[in-house]
Amino acid sequence: MAAILDASQVTMDFGGLRAVNNADVHIDQGEIVALIGPNGAGKTTFFNVITGVYKPTTGDVRITAPGKETESITGLKPNKITEKGLARTFQNIRLFQNMTVLENVMIGRHCRMKAGIAGAVFRDRKTREEEEQVVADSYAILKKIGLETFVNELAKNLPYGAQRRLEIARAMATEPFLLLLDEPAAGMNPHETRELDEMILKIRATEKISILLIEHDMSLVMSISDRIYVMDYGLLIAEGQPKEVRANPAVIKAYLGEEFNA
Amino acid sequence: MVTLKQIRNSVLIALWMMILTFPIMVIKVNTIENIVIWRWMNLLYIGVGTVILSIFWFFLINRRKLEPEERKRSFALKGKIETLKGVLAKPVVQKPLYAALLVIIIIFPFVSSLYQTGIMITALMYVILGLGLNIVVGLGGLLHLGYAAFYAVGAYTYALLHRYLGLSFWVCLPIGALSAMLLGILVGLPVLRLRGDYLAIVTLAFGEIVRILLENLSQYTGGPAGISGIPRPSFFGIKMSLSTAMNYTYFLTFALVLFTIFVVRRLEHSRLGRSWVAMREDEVASEAMGIDITRAKLSSFALGALWAGLAGVFFSAKTTFVNPASFTLWESVIILCVVVLGGIGSIKGVVLGAIVIILLPEYLRAFSQYRMLFFGLILVMMMIFRPGGFIPAKRRVYTFDKAQLEESD
Ligand SMILES: Nc1ncnc2c1ncn2[C@@H]1O[C@H](COP(=O)(O)OP(=O)(O)OP(=O)(O)O)[C@@H](O)[C@H]1O
Ligand SMILES: [Mg+2]
Repeated sequence: MAAILDASQVTMDFGGLRAVNNADVHIDQGEIVALIGPNGAGKTTFFNVITGVYKPTTGDVRITAPGKETESITGLKPNKITEKGLARTFQNIRLFQNMTVLENVMIGRHCRMKAGIAGAVFRDRKTREEEEQVVADSYAILKKIGLETFVNELAKNLPYGAQRRLEIARAMATEPFLLLLDEPAAGMNPHETRELDEMILKIRATEKISILLIEHDMSLVMSISDRIYVMDYGLLIAEGQPKEVRANPAVIKAYLGEEFNA
Repeated sequence: MVTLKQIRNSVLIALWMMILTFPIMVIKVNTIENIVIWRWMNLLYIGVGTVILSIFWFFLINRRKLEPEERKRSFALKGKIETLKGVLAKPVVQKPLYAALLVIIIIFPFVSSLYQTGIMITALMYVILGLGLNIVVGLGGLLHLGYAAFYAVGAYTYALLHRYLGLSFWVCLPIGALSAMLLGILVGLPVLRLRGDYLAIVTLAFGEIVRILLENLSQYTGGPAGISGIPRPSFFGIKMSLSTAMNYTYFLTFALVLFTIFVVRRLEHSRLGRSWVAMREDEVASEAMGIDITRAKLSSFALGALWAGLAGVFFSAKTTFVNPASFTLWESVIILCVVVLGGIGSIKGVVLGAIVIILLPEYLRAFSQYRMLFFGLILVMMMIFRPGGFIPAKRRVYTFDKAQLEESD
């Protein structure tokens, strides 16, 4: 079976800076894959290329949605890519601050809805039913993520950890087959991180969603990932299972610097 | 309440004001008799006035910093206002209130003078304009400074179509609205790639271009002199006296206000309206959530233009005369103020904003010299003490019954 995500020889230049250099990444159905690397390695940039925020300088990104043909998504707009089943969260939380928690999730349902202007104004039966369905679905997702007590709270009033989880809930509402999480544990306390850990595993198990995550919290990465990619200065310097990566001298060097290795 | 340091600052500010205003407020030169009159009392007034105002200002600022709980205690009146709000929010109270308001609005034109009815029609028209711009600025978050251009398109569509083709108000109403919307789409396509300040500058320029075009295409538009003799709205061709015609226009405008509120409310809580608000909150995130930004922007821009067009046709019909001077940048700014002062994204707020901004200056004609001064002062104060506007927008609260809560387990 083809990989659900297959990025081949992706390069992204910002002027003279090569933020991502010839990266090959693939993810199979049901995998949890981590992308790690020191600050400024190009991880977020790689996410942005996959999700259409940037168009890669060279390279190709192909996806194979479950039960569908393989297709290239290179150069598509972010909203098209989301429609095709890739959803993401942001490193620096980007919630819709002045909307309620429920509405944030409802926005995630946007691309699975149909109502247009006429539907909005005339509010025919189909539109009403769709609207009710979306409210119910969104509430169900909040419940899964454990945010149902905050339903009508404005997103900006949520505690930090809850905001991170709301980002995940919002992404899940788009019905993705691949979820891209950019440092989901950043700023969380150890207890919250452990909960997150369980939540990610649960998402994979119950929703059949594969996951690519960027994370600096090594205990989280090592405990939940099936495979790990290590990026340094835009280059992928290692790939493999957690224990292989942990023992890889190139990785140790990238993280701890030359002197330590000597 | 007010610290000693703040009082000292107030005194310093007052001294500064006294020095600043000394030349104009104290010295008066009588050029005929070649003497200088020293009005020292003025200096005293300014000093004392400034100290009092400034201490009051510091008092307000301090109060703002208090926690909401403390604030309530420090200001007993505030607590009473809160309870009053609670009572007003009850449906039992609200329904009769709205009914009473409706009765007042219906009776108004029959008991007021023609002049007053005219002002009221203007205020209602600004409600429509405000609600229309609210779609663009309030919901979509697109800073639009050329709204008057679309208003002009509606107005001139009726004026020109009547002048050259003799078309009536009712035929021109949809045509005016649609042509404004069409122009909105045409302009929006290239312009909406810009964000924030850049969008503001380009829309501002567009507004001026339209006005200047209207001024200079004089062989068609009559140039700065405009077009006159535009008929008021007709009612199955019945001849009406001036006052009946005015009352009729009043009710038509009111009906359009109700229609606008109805449509905007529905839009607001729909898939489309939510996508506008999401776009306003964060463009990158909303695109990542599957919202087509180009479409969301264009639709809010075009629908805003549509309402400007409708209001424009009404404007022509009400004043029976149009010229480019009615569609200056100032007009766009006033409409924007209606939205911002009233409450960005809030329907009730915009309605109140329009009424306050249009009616207050009319009834405060005595102070007309200081109108702009007050206006600026109010805007600054609002931004500091009530940044959400008179009636800030509230998000919808969804309730879930028990069955629903359990079902989703
Ligand atoms: N839009 C941009 N324009 C120019 N340079 C950029 C842009 N985005 C990222 N970069 C640069 O690309 C490099 C990689 O940045 P990126 O954000 O992808 O790193 P990262 O691996 O996500 O780091 P972190 O762990 O700190 O989040 C950095 O040197 C950054 O300054
Ligand atoms: Mg990053």
